[in-house]
Amino acid sequence: MTDQATPKATETPVDENRRSLLKGAAAVGAFAAGTQMLPGMVPYIQAQSSEPIKIGFQVHKTGIGAAYGRWYDRTTRAAAKLINEEGGINGREIEIVAEDDGTDPKRGAEVIEKFATQHKTDVAFGTLFSHVVIGSSPRAGELKMPYFVVSEGHHVASGGLNRYTLQPGITDVKSQVQSMAPWVADNLGKKVTMIYPDFAFGHDHRDFFSEAIAKQGGEVVAKIAIPPTEKSFTKYFPQIPRDTDVLYHVMVGPAVLTFVKELGEFFGGRGPEIFGFLDSLEAVDINTPGLEFLNGSYFWEGNPRYTSDMSSEHDAFYRKAVGVDDTGASVSDSKDIATYSHMFGCWETLHIIKAGMEAADYSGPDDRAKLIEAVENIGVMPHSRAHPQGDKLFNGRTHQSFGHQFISKVEGGRLTPVHKTSIFDGYYPDEVDYTTQKL
Amino acid sequence: MRVDRALILHLAVIALLFAMQYVMSPYHQGNLARILVLATYATGYNILFGYTGLLSLGHALFFAAGMYGAGMTMRYWDFPAIAAFPTGIIAATALAFLIGTLALRTTGVAFMIVTLMFAQAGFLTLLYFNEYTRGDEGFVLPQADRAIGMIDLSADDTRFIAAWVIFSVGLLIALAIVRSKAGRVLIAIRENEERTRMLGFNPFPYKLGAVVVSGAFAGAAGAAYALLFGSVGASFASIQYSIEPLLFVLLGGAGVVLGPLVGSILIFYLIDYAREITTAYLIVVGVALVLLILFARKGVLGSIRRRTDGWLP
Amino acid sequence: MDLGPQLMLASLDGAVGAAVLALTALGLSLVFGVMRVVNVAHGEFFMLGAMIAWFVASNIAGHPAIGFVGALIIAPLLVGAIAASADWLILKRLDYEPEATIVATIGLLYILQQGALVTFGPVAQAVEAPFNHRIEIPWFEGSNVGWGLFTTSYKLFVIAAAITILLAVWLLLSRTKMGLVMRATQLDRETAQAFGIPVEKVYALTFGFGAALAALSAVLIVPIQQADYLMGGDPLLLSFIVVIIGGLGSLRGTLIAALLIGMSDGIISVFFTPTLAKIIATLVVAMVLVFRPQGLFGAKAQ
Repeated sequence: MTDQATPKATETPVDENRRSLLKGAAAVGAFAAGTQMLPGMVPYIQAQSSEPIKIGFQVHKTGIGAAYGRWYDRTTRAAAKLINEEGGINGREIEIVAEDDGTDPKRGAEVIEKFATQHKTDVAFGTLFSHVVIGSSPRAGELKMPYFVVSEGHHVASGGLNRYTLQPGITDVKSQVQSMAPWVADNLGKKVTMIYPDFAFGHDHRDFFSEAIAKQGGEVVAKIAIPPTEKSFTKYFPQIPRDTDVLYHVMVGPAVLTFVKELGEFFGGRGPEIFGFLDSLEAVDINTPGLEFLNGSYFWEGNPRYTSDMSSEHDAFYRKAVGVDDTGASVSDSKDIATYSHMFGCWETLHIIKAGMEAADYSGPDDRAKLIEAVENIGVMPHSRAHPQGDKLFNGRTHQSFGHQFISKVEGGRLTPVHKTSIFDGYYPDEVDYTTQKL
Repeated sequence: MRVDRALILHLAVIALLFAMQYVMSPYHQGNLARILVLATYATGYNILFGYTGLLSLGHALFFAAGMYGAGMTMRYWDFPAIAAFPTGIIAATALAFLIGTLALRTTGVAFMIVTLMFAQAGFLTLLYFNEYTRGDEGFVLPQADRAIGMIDLSADDTRFIAAWVIFSVGLLIALAIVRSKAGRVLIAIRENEERTRMLGFNPFPYKLGAVVVSGAFAGAAGAAYALLFGSVGASFASIQYSIEPLLFVLLGGAGVVLGPLVGSILIFYLIDYAREITTAYLIVVGVALVLLILFARKGVLGSIRRRTDGWLP
Repeated sequence: MDLGPQLMLASLDGAVGAAVLALTALGLSLVFGVMRVVNVAHGEFFMLGAMIAWFVASNIAGHPAIGFVGALIIAPLLVGAIAASADWLILKRLDYEPEATIVATIGLLYILQQGALVTFGPVAQAVEAPFNHRIEIPWFEGSNVGWGLFTTSYKLFVIAAAITILLAVWLLLSRTKMGLVMRATQLDRETAQAFGIPVEKVYALTFGFGAALAALSAVLIVPIQQADYLMGGDPLLLSFIVVIIGGLGSLRGTLIAALLIGMSDGIISVFFTPTLAKIIATLVVAMVLVFRPQGLFGAKAQ
């Protein structure tokens, strides 16, 4: 198809959104208790100790996650600085203890062990890549080390992990994908071809989107899986059927730029509508030569990279604190593009740790179980400085947060948000109840 | 009656390792549990490389076979840990027999490349069937399943003891093998295969035996790793895990039974220390390999042995 | 898309892969042929070439072509120098004993890879192509083809450049004194030494030259793909496959095998997944070595 569909402007005013969110929360029921415990409502507690609270930060400094790791690191440091400036947690400073996991699951487990037994951190936090989370989580559970991941994988809510592993700061891929389907079907088309990396993260996309688009009366006409180590992609593209309305792409790893470039060369300015997950372009400048074809295409964004009239004051504050300019680049180097759709999760998760510790009156590792329970009850998190991406709803049973998602259009060398989903677009029934596991 | 100095030494090392758990911090205890599992892997590798002189670059395949043999049967067929562990060893042993039969048709550099290629094919196969193996992401063995009877293998103390038992048994088996008649034939093959043949020994069954034994050790270590640390994944089949035992053996002393243990401890802490300084900590592996091959081919214990008139097996 | 255009596209893409693979594998083959050294660090020389290309290109202002040409000259020279000194410092002292050199080059692999991490950082980097135009390929049957059947001018340039370099290497080896000396050393090291050929220098030169070829092919491919410190694994594995299937040390065999493997990688992916293709290729290599070890290993280059 050659004519570009005009998307409906479907932005929901934030207030209305909040109301529907709260209504929804009541309907879901389990969160009724949670809403009583908004962070900030907890009375200020005197410091019991002047020792800093140690937060073990498992970071992908090397390996295939390095581009993300760098920005996760910056975001985490900015959030820690802010929290300390505002008086720390329960009057105690926080200290970030960073350890590189090499984006490797075995090393990830060792890092958790090191946090528990050598650095003696209070909690562990910050992992992105699913295989590292899956490698590390059992050790965290055994060591009873609260492990806050920022991974967007469905592994937490699917029930495969344990009570000590939580993902409160970022929506998972199942929810993200599911909330995209209605908009894609309504605005771009119903015959979808999917291109995704051939491992669990890509399979989540494949399975959840296929299911979600079918509910919209659409169908996935071709599924093109690309091996994780692939360096050139053109040879896969001929598998895209001619009658495709929408090409759905998601890619990760060091070759993402090649992937998008070759996609553009393949279509040569024609072809179907293109809808991608921004993962395909994280840390990549959208104005890189060769990407002009993306003009007019759409992206899922976890948090809009470019400021727009949809941006909030909280986002502006967060952006400035981390050192990101209005175009999503580092303020000190315009070539250094942030992983803006994901890294907010670090900022928010640290604030959730703070809120949880304050609610639990946390004073040391003996209170870790209380901390887990407090976070499980955190429920609704309002849009604020602590949650600059938007309000969120934490499901204490599945240990997974649900938040808003954005769809942005590429135009004039910018990504402009055109749609913001409601939290309940991405809601799905519980697949696990971690609260039944003993602490 | 002659005092069996070597046996006493090895038993003393085993006793010392056991005693270590009472003086070490939990961090070092956890490290040592991991080191002992990897040292078991390297102890088996030493029989092949150190004693028989066959340099394999594909033992990660057997490590992974042990790991997946135990992990998959637990995950899909609900094997209890007590059955999964030997299943892992059997899987690795059978694979080692098959690969050994094929690869031993070659020698020297070709043997290295053939083992490397088989291991690479195995690694890719794990990725290819990722629907079952969970490929690069791996899967977790639930803590509740990782127990033998009442013994919880995931608790710090019992895990350490389990790792210690596996290593100790492995070490004593290795000692028995290298001091047996077959062990002397292996050394003879390393020193001069042609002469061994002329003495009336057919080297092939001995070499195959060394591949199979080292494969079984690798499988035991892989299965133990899955049971004790709970994660199973394709990354354990990657080339890096083939190079690690080579490095441990080279550093500790090829052809010394205790060499792999010494090498594993040194490399583990060297890397741990390097991590504090740089993200490029794997440079330690590279520098160690180059320096060892250039200046200290006999490794730490090999050099010591030369000064102790060679009674150290 | 119809099978015809699809195969054509796969072949074009495969040709680019084959061209670059031929250059990389030629370096590995040359080093094995002349020195009997299996260089496990070969992929890292490829990676270094790509990283240096990025570093040079991003530090030269002006049109991307200037940076690219700069990289084309600087990267192979620098990488060649690094390799030659590694030979001088390490391999020579091992007296080129086959198994020891493999262990040493594994060590070198880690040193180069981690050195690149420290020097250039962990993030994948892109180099802009000196020129890049999309070229539509007309297809007669089923004239409704609106998108998909294309190549780019840069990809055609890579193929042409690789062929030119391969011809130059062939001329170098067959028509110059340097080539003669290298071939003499390859045939019989002792005799060459007896005839006054400085074998040690020839070895250092060969090792440097082999690495430079890998670096050169990396510079060619980096505007299409990207550079990162972990990229050395694939070219190493593929070069191994090519060199073994083609017969270790046989340059002609290497070229034929590179064409075969590179082209089939593109074409096989039309029918199978590439992971499966790689599994089959590695197993074939293992089996070739198992069942014809002498035949392929002993092959001499002419």
